[in-house]
Amino acid sequence: MSFLSSPAARVGLSISLATGLYGISFGALSVAAGLDFWQTQVLSLLLFSGGSQFAFVGIIAGGGTGAAAMGAAALLGIRNGVYGMQLNALLRPRGWRKVVSAHVTIDESTATSTGQTDTREQRIGFWVAGGGVFVLWNVFTAAGALLGNALGDPRQWGLDGAAVAAFLGLLWPRIRARQAAGIAVLCALATVLAVPVLPPGIPILVAALVAGLIGWFRHRPATAGMEPDVEPYAHREKP
Amino acid sequence: MNLWPWILLACILAFATKLLGYLVPARLMGNPRMAAVAGTLTIGLLASLTVVNTLATGQALVLDARLGALAAAAAALWLRAPFLVVVLCGAAAAAGLRLLGWG
Repeated sequence: MSFLSSPAARVGLSISLATGLYGISFGALSVAAGLDFWQTQVLSLLLFSGGSQFAFVGIIAGGGTGAAAMGAAALLGIRNGVYGMQLNALLRPRGWRKVVSAHVTIDESTATSTGQTDTREQRIGFWVAGGGVFVLWNVFTAAGALLGNALGDPRQWGLDGAAVAAFLGLLWPRIRARQAAGIAVLCALATVLAVPVLPPGIPILVAALVAGLIGWFRHRPATAGMEPDVEPYAHREKP
Repeated sequence: MNLWPWILLACILAFATKLLGYLVPARLMGNPRMAAVAGTLTIGLLASLTVVNTLATGQALVLDARLGALAAAAAALWLRAPFLVVVLCGAAAAAGLRLLGWG
């Protein structure tokens, strides 16, 4: 069986390319925020989690402290720990594979792997997406960091708009259900209220607290939890 | 401000968080309360990040070309565009609006 006849490998490769290219944006935004080339590259090599990396340099760019940047990056990385639990149960890596698996556990590798039904395909998807994103993300981070100064203000090229689009793109598939969309709106509102009164980076932690409390107190058995207590559109016809 | 200590600490915490997940016995994944918190936390963080990246400049809320990027990305997602296209739409909208002199 050739490599490309595996559906998981094809998905993994296209996700690697899409996400990898986006590394240009990270590299450019990072040097624009004031980090140097190696600081930028180390974040992609060792931190290796897009959301956390953008949060880190975003807070620095907004005038926040290194501590606030680290706090937000660490908090955003919590979901990778959750992915790790899922993937550990799914793929059962042993020994050194566990350590390497952990490092390439990100949104894209988890999504590619858990989207497959066959055990072999789950493994292929995880390693192709995880390894592919790692290589391309780092290559394009370097390109973005080097081109960043030559390109001038990254905002001129809409790279800050790319960040907005990417976060919405990651959020989008999670808010299909009404309750999930409600949580997103509530957390967005909490953020808007917190931004003017708290230091940069902290509003994200406020939203995280709101979201965590909702999850803690609202948990129900599977389907029941996805319905709101009060039906706000009861007068409308159900689809 | 020397950022290196914070960068390295962030890297260590990120890897430790990932590895910790792999060290959790599989049976704990069945706890519905933990699964619910994990789910809502991810939604809340991504929603908050979207808002911060769209509206915040330091502690100020600013309406600029990034709002156009959000709208373009939402439209692309509505039309089921792939991730890369969504990101490019966001970038093109922001760059285009700035070219027209807004934001």
